[in-house]
Amino acid sequence: MPFRRYVEIGRVALVNYGPQYGKLVVIVDVIDQNRALIDSPDMVRTSINFKRLSLTDITISISRNPKKKDLAKAVEEGEVYSKWESSAWGRKLAVRERRASLNDFDRFKVMVARIKKSSIVRRELGKLRKEKA
Amino acid sequence: MVKTLRASRNKDVVRGVGRYGRSKMYHKRGLWAIKDKNGGSFPTHEKTVAAEVTPVRAPKFYPADDVPKPLHKNKVINPPKLRSSISAGTILILLAGHFKGKRVVFLKQLESGLLLVTGPFKVNGVPLKRVNQAYVIATSTKVDISAVDVAKYSDAYFKREVTKKKKGESQFFEAEKEEEKSLPLEKIEDQKAIDAKLVPLIEAVPELKSYLASRFGLKSGVKPHELVF
Repeated sequence: MPFRRYVEIGRVALVNYGPQYGKLVVIVDVIDQNRALIDSPDMVRTSINFKRLSLTDITISISRNPKKKDLAKAVEEGEVYSKWESSAWGRKLAVRERRASLNDFDRFKVMVARIKKSSIVRRELGKLRKEKA
Repeated sequence: MVKTLRASRNKDVVRGVGRYGRSKMYHKRGLWAIKDKNGGSFPTHEKTVAAEVTPVRAPKFYPADDVPKPLHKNKVINPPKLRSSISAGTILILLAGHFKGKRVVFLKQLESGLLLVTGPFKVNGVPLKRVNQAYVIATSTKVDISAVDVAKYSDAYFKREVTKKKKGESQFFEAEKEEEKSLPLEKIEDQKAIDAKLVPLIEAVPELKSYLASRFGLKSGVKPHELVF
């Protein structure tokens, strides 16, 4: 299977370790085979090891080491955040965060809603089965 | 007050031997000025006359046994503090005892520091009871209970009534009657009154009643330290 995500300038990646954990960043330069320079509109440009990056499907068109203003513009035009939020990966992380922030009463309400949902599904499924038989 | 250390004006030449002599230091210290101000001598305080003490007569006899003297206590017992996450109407999860896992409504803190809570009894069977706040998880869910009057409840309300047993011969001969323990009527009435106030408030919030009726528990994979209550 060929690779689909490459380390390249303009590749959007997710930081999976360290102080910027969970942050969506853009690779703006490749320092060597271990490290890249990452940047995003609301952070200080830093170098990071590739092991700490997870590449995403999103890329934006930027020149190497762009100015903050140009980067912000490219991120805006590339619709990075909206693409990320609509991707399965982004949604999974958002759901995880939302679930972790639920309080005890909310968790109870979720539990009740799940039971209600599954009972409806089961009822409809039973109907279909009867029809088929 | 903090005393600030001041270096001596008379610096050491060798350890223990000052640079200046006694008379030189007398001038340096400015003692002459103090003498000058007070007419040639150092100011003095008048001796305070001790109030005459009537001599305590020695006791005629001493106690035969040593009387233990109580230890000196200077521990101040401060009024108990309520956890900041708990306030009137907060839903609490009980962690110990017969009702562990039950979700209850916090009513108020009593003077002993214990928390007055109730299920309400109608909803989940937890009566008006006192709990230590250490055995409780405070949730962020709250009910507005400002309409419920709980002024009459205090620690005295929960004091057990002591019934003295009859002593004497009859005690042995009479077959011991096992009196059935039952809650005094007025306590049942109190519970009913509180429930009547609380239940409509709880029913006003959707799903809150069934939430209170259910028990809290952990399942495998749930990390209680990472949960938000």
